Amino acid sequence: MSDYNAMELMVVVAARSLPNAASVVVGTGAPCAAAMLAQKTHAPDLVVMFEAGGLGPKMRSAPVSVGDSHTFYHAIQASSMNTIMDACSRGCVDFAFLGAAQIDMFGNLNTTCIGDWKAPKTRFPGSGGGNDLASLCRHSIIMTPQDRRRFAAKLDFVTSPGYLTGKGAREAAGLPRGTGPHRVITNMAVMGYDDETCRMKVLSINEGHTREEVIENTGFELLFAEHLEVTKRPTKHELKILREEVDPTRVIIGR
Amino acid sequence: MSELKKGVGPLFMDPDADNAREFFATKHLASRNKLMTATEAISQYVHDGDYLASGGFGTNRIATALLHEVVRQRRKNLGLAGHTMTHDFQILCAGECISHCDAAYIVGLEARGLSKNARRLIESGKMELCEWTNAALSWRLRAAAMGVSFIPARVMLGTDTFANSAAVEIECPFTGQKYAALPALYPDVALIHVHVASPSGNACIEGLTAADIDLASASKRVIISAERIVPEEDMRRRPHRTTIPSVVVDAVVEAPFGCYPGNMPYLYFSDEDHLREWLQAEEDPEVFKAFVEKYIYGTDYFYEYLDLCGGMRRMIQLRRKEYMVDGAACD
Repeated sequence: MSDYNAMELMVVVAARSLPNAASVVVGTGAPCAAAMLAQKTHAPDLVVMFEAGGLGPKMRSAPVSVGDSHTFYHAIQASSMNTIMDACSRGCVDFAFLGAAQIDMFGNLNTTCIGDWKAPKTRFPGSGGGNDLASLCRHSIIMTPQDRRRFAAKLDFVTSPGYLTGKGAREAAGLPRGTGPHRVITNMAVMGYDDETCRMKVLSINEGHTREEVIENTGFELLFAEHLEVTKRPTKHELKILREEVDPTRVIIGR
Repeated sequence: MSELKKGVGPLFMDPDADNAREFFATKHLASRNKLMTATEAISQYVHDGDYLASGGFGTNRIATALLHEVVRQRRKNLGLAGHTMTHDFQILCAGECISHCDAAYIVGLEARGLSKNARRLIESGKMELCEWTNAALSWRLRAAAMGVSFIPARVMLGTDTFANSAAVEIECPFTGQKYAALPALYPDVALIHVHVASPSGNACIEGLTAADIDLASASKRVIISAERIVPEEDMRRRPHRTTIPSVVVDAVVEAPFGCYPGNMPYLYFSDEDHLREWLQAEEDPEVFKAFVEKYIYGTDYFYEYLDLCGGMRRMIQLRRKEYMVDGAACD
């Protein structure tokens, strides 16, 4: 039995992927917890941004909306959506966290609908800022539970661009050079993308899970790193900060 | 170079810059007293079939008091800039006011969940949609604010979001780079809630401005609701505080707690309990009908809604929450 839960591990892995002094656009929930944890551990100079205009806050507690007062608490600036999106478009932003109802092997994302777009079985919010951040930020990171429905062979709707149809497709579409999906962090594994094919590749498997289980919960063929590792467990210090300072009421990391 | 693509989505509003100029030339810039009630402002400036845009972001600094009035006056067939809309979209869907919508973020209330009623409306095909992104709609408003008919951007490219939008791919005449050309968006009317405004409409926003500075310039008519009305002198003495200038404003409405149950920066936090009540009521169409009847159609003024939601006691609790003051709730 491990002394941490799946969400705690996901937040810790996400936090570690953010180097000090990098810039990152985050949403509410787990991504925000990851950015806060990074700020309080190895990355005190991490510049956190929210798409509504919060720029460089020193967050005291996690926001409920990406535009609420927490997103610019003791911030560099309470700016505007254009300020943040312009910065992404200029190439100033290193990382963005995204979510999705569906993701495919090239990291394309669906947040628009299930079923036919014209008569959807389920309508979701749509792109929001997701397409913008996926198009413009250098690296995008997804945190999501892993199951077959979500990790789909074919998306019902491509809301936000991953590597589209493979290597070179983003540039051909007109998207900025040197951008694209970077990591997929799930309750079972941590994945990246293969340099040659731009296909999703398992880098490490979380403690308590197996390669077979990851395959079983993915609706497309995964690549595996040659030296497949076990995801590095959270340190005592990371867990202490996460539980006591980042999310003391355990809204995000659960019980 | 591959062929340039074109989205198949409907273009709801005319992006023509000269047509816009003709309209803007008729706006009176002279400073005058524009104070009126929400009832007067909506009846005078929002008409059936108009294209509406609403300020703020998500549940933050939204123009709830004005939006309730749109529903109360039973406006129909409105177009909407569905730009980072959450509870504001939910309110307009409660009144079934919208028939067509430029959709960037609709239906959801961020981490709180999806609005069942809004989903019902869309999944039943009652609303015509055109897909966009948050940045795309912000930039479309900026193009309009600049007085041009389109703006190039590097978003939406290569996706179904583009395919179902009204954007068009173009090549840069200087570099050959491919861009999405986004048509300027000139809304008929904007509803924007602010912290402070003078009777002529010099308005001050504190905290995030979202897309509201461009929105105010891009819109043909602008209705401002303000937490507090201050004398003209107060704004003119420190004109750097004016976020939205009176020259673009048509009506000014005093609406204390006018963003409730949203979060008004530095004044009061969102009422998460009441937002949850909305989502729960929407589970059952009959229950929701009674809910909307009680809170919107059954009230004449926004402060009656505030009273139904706990009145001043509740407002003070939300104010303490906004100040991030720990400790016991108020009496």
